[in-house]
Amino acid sequence: MSDLEVTSSPLIEGKVWVFGDNIDTDVIVPGKYLVHDLPEIAKHVMDGIRPGFATEVSAGDVVVGGSNFGTGSSREMAPRGLQAAGIRAVVATSFARIFFRNCINVGLAPVECAEANAIEEGQRISIDLAAGTVTILDTGRVLDAVALPEEIGEILGAGGMENYLAAKFAGEKS
Amino acid sequence: MGMTLAQKIIARAAGRESVEPDEVLWVDVDLAMMHDSSGPRRIWPALEKLGVDLWDRDRIVLVCDHYVPANTVAAAEILQTTRNFAEAFGIERFHEAQGIAHTLMVEKGYAQPGMLYVASDSHTCTAGVMGCLALGVGSTDILGVVTTGRTWLRVPHTIRVQVDGVLRPGVTAKDLILTIIGDKGMDGGLYQVLEFVGTAIDAMSVQERSVLTNMCAEIGAKTGVVPADQVTVDHLAALGIDAEEGPMSDPDAEYSQTWLYDADMIEPVVARPNRHDDVVAISSLGEPVVSRAYIGSCTGAKYEDLAMAAEVLRGRQVADGVVLHVAPASRAALQQAMADGTAQALMEAGAHLLSTGCGACPGIGAGILAAGEVSISTTNRNFKGRMGSPDSSLYLGSPYSVAAAAVAGRIIDARDLIGTAT
Repeated sequence: MSDLEVTSSPLIEGKVWVFGDNIDTDVIVPGKYLVHDLPEIAKHVMDGIRPGFATEVSAGDVVVGGSNFGTGSSREMAPRGLQAAGIRAVVATSFARIFFRNCINVGLAPVECAEANAIEEGQRISIDLAAGTVTILDTGRVLDAVALPEEIGEILGAGGMENYLAAKFAGEKS
Repeated sequence: MGMTLAQKIIARAAGRESVEPDEVLWVDVDLAMMHDSSGPRRIWPALEKLGVDLWDRDRIVLVCDHYVPANTVAAAEILQTTRNFAEAFGIERFHEAQGIAHTLMVEKGYAQPGMLYVASDSHTCTAGVMGCLALGVGSTDILGVVTTGRTWLRVPHTIRVQVDGVLRPGVTAKDLILTIIGDKGMDGGLYQVLEFVGTAIDAMSVQERSVLTNMCAEIGAKTGVVPADQVTVDHLAALGIDAEEGPMSDPDAEYSQTWLYDADMIEPVVARPNRHDDVVAISSLGEPVVSRAYIGSCTGAKYEDLAMAAEVLRGRQVADGVVLHVAPASRAALQQAMADGTAQALMEAGAHLLSTGCGACPGIGAGILAAGEVSISTTNRNFKGRMGSPDSSLYLGSPYSVAAAAVAGRIIDARDLIGTAT
C-alpha cells in the first residue's frame, strides 16, 4: 500500500515508465480482476498492455502517458492499482476526466504536462505540484505542467477524498 | 453572452446567475446513482469510518447490474453487500436484475430535464438524453456525493453537434455516433459537452437518441445532452411524470466548435478491433468472418435494438458455427419484445438468450471471448481484452449489422437482408 503522506507531498521524484496515447482502464486493470481485492489487483496492473509490469515497478516510480490517459471505464481500481503497485504520480499530455478525478480522490498525483512526450523511459523526473513543473533530472530540462486549482489541490493535499471528507465532517462536529 | 444548456444547469446548481467555461466550482447534486461494482462494496467501509449518514436516500438510486447473475461466490457476495446496503439505508429505488442502470435511469424516468445527475460509472452520460447534465465519476467521488450532496466540477465548453436530414432505412444512431467518433477520434471531445441538435435528432426516439449520449464516453466527452423537447416530455408523461421542454441553450450561447452532419450521408459502419475510433464503412470492409455475435449492453440491447435485430433474423437462421448471444438491456425491454413477437423471432432464429445486465460487455458476465475468436457486438467499447481474451477481436456495430453477421457468418451490409438496399 502507498504512503499517503508521501503521495501528497508537493515534490515527487521517481523513475519513469512510458506508455502511449489513449491508455484505457481496461488495460490498466482488466475487468476480470475487478471481483478481487486491491492487493490482488495490484499484481496485475497494466497486464493488458505490459504483462509483468507490477513485478518490474519499484515503489516511487512514475508513469508517463500521452493524450487521454485513463480513458474508458470509471473503475477507480485503475489509479488505486497503480498506486498499490508503487506508482506515485501519473504525468500525461491529457487525461480522461474520470481517471483524473479518481487520481485526486485516491491521492495519486495526476500531472497534466503538454510536453510529456519529451520524457523517456527509465529517466528520473522530479515533479513540483505547487509550481506546476516537471524536471527531467537526467538532462535538467524543465517542462511546464498545469498546477491544480486550489479547491482540487486541497483534496489531493489531504491524501484523497476520504481524508478530505473526514476533516470536513470533523470540522462540522467540533 | 448567453449560456449553453450545460452552463445553465451548472449555474443553478452552484447558486449563481451565470458561469464561465473553465471555472472550477462546487455544485449541489440533484440525483445520484451507484451500482454493485462501484457502489456499496467500495464506499460502505469508508462511510462507516466517517460515521455519517447518507445525504438524502430518496435522491440515490442503487442498481445491481454488473455481477447479475452471480457466477462466483465472490460475485454473489458483491450483490449481497449491495442489497444489504439498500436495506440498511432504506434506499427505495434499488433494482436488482431488472436491467442495466443507465437504461433504468431513462426507462423509469428518474433522470429528468435540467437535473444535475452524478453517478459512479463512465456511461452515466446516457441519461443526458433526458436533457439533464449527467456526469460520470468514480467510487470515492460518489462517496463524497452521497454523504454531502455536493461535488466539484470544471465548467465545460460545449460542442454543438448538428445533425440534419433523415437517416436512411437500415441506418441507425449507432452508425451515426460511430461515424462521428471515427472522424473526431476517441479524445475528440475531451472535457467538453456534446449537445445534439438538428432535424435528424428531432425525429429520433428517446432510445435511439440515448445511443448518441451513451457513446459520448467513447469520444472523451464530459457528457452528452439532447435538449428536452416534446419527445422527452411525452416519454415522461407516459410514466406519469409532468415535465416541460427545456432548458435550452441561449441563441447567443458560445460553442467551442460546431460539428455538422448530414444524416442522409451516414452509412452502416463498424469500429474495427481494439479501437472504437477505427471506424469503416461495412461496404469497404471486405466481409471479415465472425464466429460470435453479441447483442447486449446499455447501448445496444434496448427494446428497439432487439426489434432491429428481429427485422433481420425473422425467418432466417443463425449460421452454422456462429453463436449469437442476446442479453436484453432491461427486463422491460425483454417483456416488450415478448409481447410483440420480437423475442420469439430472435429465439426461433437460434439466438441464445442471456440474463439482463452488463454481461459480457465489461468482460465480467457470460458470453466472453477466447483468444483468436472474432466477434461483432452492439456494445460501446472494444478496448483490447475488454470482452475477454486480449487476443480476441471485437468489432462494434448496429443491431442490424450484428444480426446480419450472425446470419451470414461474415460482416455484411444488413440492408441486403432487410430489403432496403440502395
